[in-house]
Amino acid sequence: MEKKGTELVKTGFADMFKNGVIMDVTTAEEAKVAEEAGAVAVMALDMVPSDIRKAGGVARMAKITVIKEILKTVSIPVMAKCRIGHLAEARILESLGVDFIDESEVLTPADDKYHINKFDYKVPFVCGCRNIGEALRRISEGAAMMRTKGEAGTGNIVEAVKHARSVMDAIRQIKNMPDDELCTFAKDNGASLELVRMVKTLGRLPVVNFAAGGVATPADAALMMMLGVDGVFVGSGIFKSKEPPKMAKAIVQAVLHWDDPEMLAKISEDVGEAMPGLSVEDLEVRLQDRGW
Amino acid sequence: MLNNYMPEKPVGILSMQGAIQEHEQMLHGMGVNTLRVKTPKHLELISGLIFPGGESTTMIRLLRFTELIDPLTFWIKKRCLPVLATCAGMILLSSKIENYPNQQTLGLLDIQVIRNAFGRQINSFEEPINILNYDHPFNAVFIRSPVASTLGKEVEPLAKHENLVVMVKDRNIVACSFHPELTGDTRIHQEFLKRVEKWENSQNLEVRCS
Repeated sequence: MEKKGTELVKTGFADMFKNGVIMDVTTAEEAKVAEEAGAVAVMALDMVPSDIRKAGGVARMAKITVIKEILKTVSIPVMAKCRIGHLAEARILESLGVDFIDESEVLTPADDKYHINKFDYKVPFVCGCRNIGEALRRISEGAAMMRTKGEAGTGNIVEAVKHARSVMDAIRQIKNMPDDELCTFAKDNGASLELVRMVKTLGRLPVVNFAAGGVATPADAALMMMLGVDGVFVGSGIFKSKEPPKMAKAIVQAVLHWDDPEMLAKISEDVGEAMPGLSVEDLEVRLQDRGW
Repeated sequence: MLNNYMPEKPVGILSMQGAIQEHEQMLHGMGVNTLRVKTPKHLELISGLIFPGGESTTMIRLLRFTELIDPLTFWIKKRCLPVLATCAGMILLSSKIENYPNQQTLGLLDIQVIRNAFGRQINSFEEPINILNYDHPFNAVFIRSPVASTLGKEVEPLAKHENLVVMVKDRNIVACSFHPELTGDTRIHQEFLKRVEKWENSQNLEVRCS
């Protein structure tokens, strides 16, 4: 009997994204540009995060017509975002044949207390986190992949760095922690003891962990790889730059050659103007605070 | 205890993109050293090469960018370097992709493939399958997997699922459309190391290529 939607099939799929770049796109044309540049997957959205930020109001799952069009256009996997806790949007995306669902703080949450029980779905989910507790809670709910949240739509890498460092630092702590201290660590961080034990054994999160929220240049992408993430999501950073095809290609190459400064210099030379950046202190809405 | 061959030189893992670490972990668990192949000079330091799973469209672009296509062809075709390819690796090495004929391939493995032959992720699955000369079934994880739709004369089918060919051998290349690196079952990697042993021990090119 073929077994579909098993944990191995879900987390194994996320493993295939490793050392790759997943790009936000809002049209089939943009999806094509992303595929041509070497993206490992695209994320279908109505608006990139920087436009969501400007527009205000309620941000929802992308239009069905747009998602269908993108599914038809590219051969690489297609992801789409649903609102936190929006069981119906998630079921709709699953029925459309979307390859991965991002239960995302970039959209306006539909539930102020609960995330989706992601074990109930055959399609795998990715979720955001700022720290180890948030990461392990999402994995307890069935997330097959994590991404550090950063602050989407800012073109400012500082929050992405903060969140990646926080998760990596906690993993280093757990690795060196005597077993007697694990239970209290789990309690203090709101995480399951079983998963904390697993982190200690594996020396890493039990699922793939990408960086997101603020990557705007090839150097930003390389920086996140230096901090130990498995790959990067780029939201507004590509299609809000002056020359998206060039920027997209360069970021893909930077994720491959993150540990080779000479290559990075060559890659960064001709990418055009990056997206305009925002200072995090001036933000009215901090998307990263959504999710519980 | 495992009793696999310990190569003199490390085993290379083509490291453009994808599940590189999973193959590393499996080989390290078998006591074998590995080297991430990112540039042409790395090919001179290894005794076998693994093409991991990931996105074939991403990998072919990065192979072009890093100018690895000609050196790979030289080492695999002229020097008969032993190769194990999984999923996207099978697509990369094939001679043609039936449903995406414009996507470039390396043309080193004499098969045509169909990409995503079982459908999108929602139809990805695991299933124990029979592999030629293996004494018990192998739990095969198929993730948006390709199949070999047309086989060249010299190509031997090693496994099928629902009558579709999912594992092949073509001289120095073994390719499977599923992911042994995700399962902990080392049999396919052990067979690969046997080919590495033969390659390391033979000076004669003709023997190496047989």
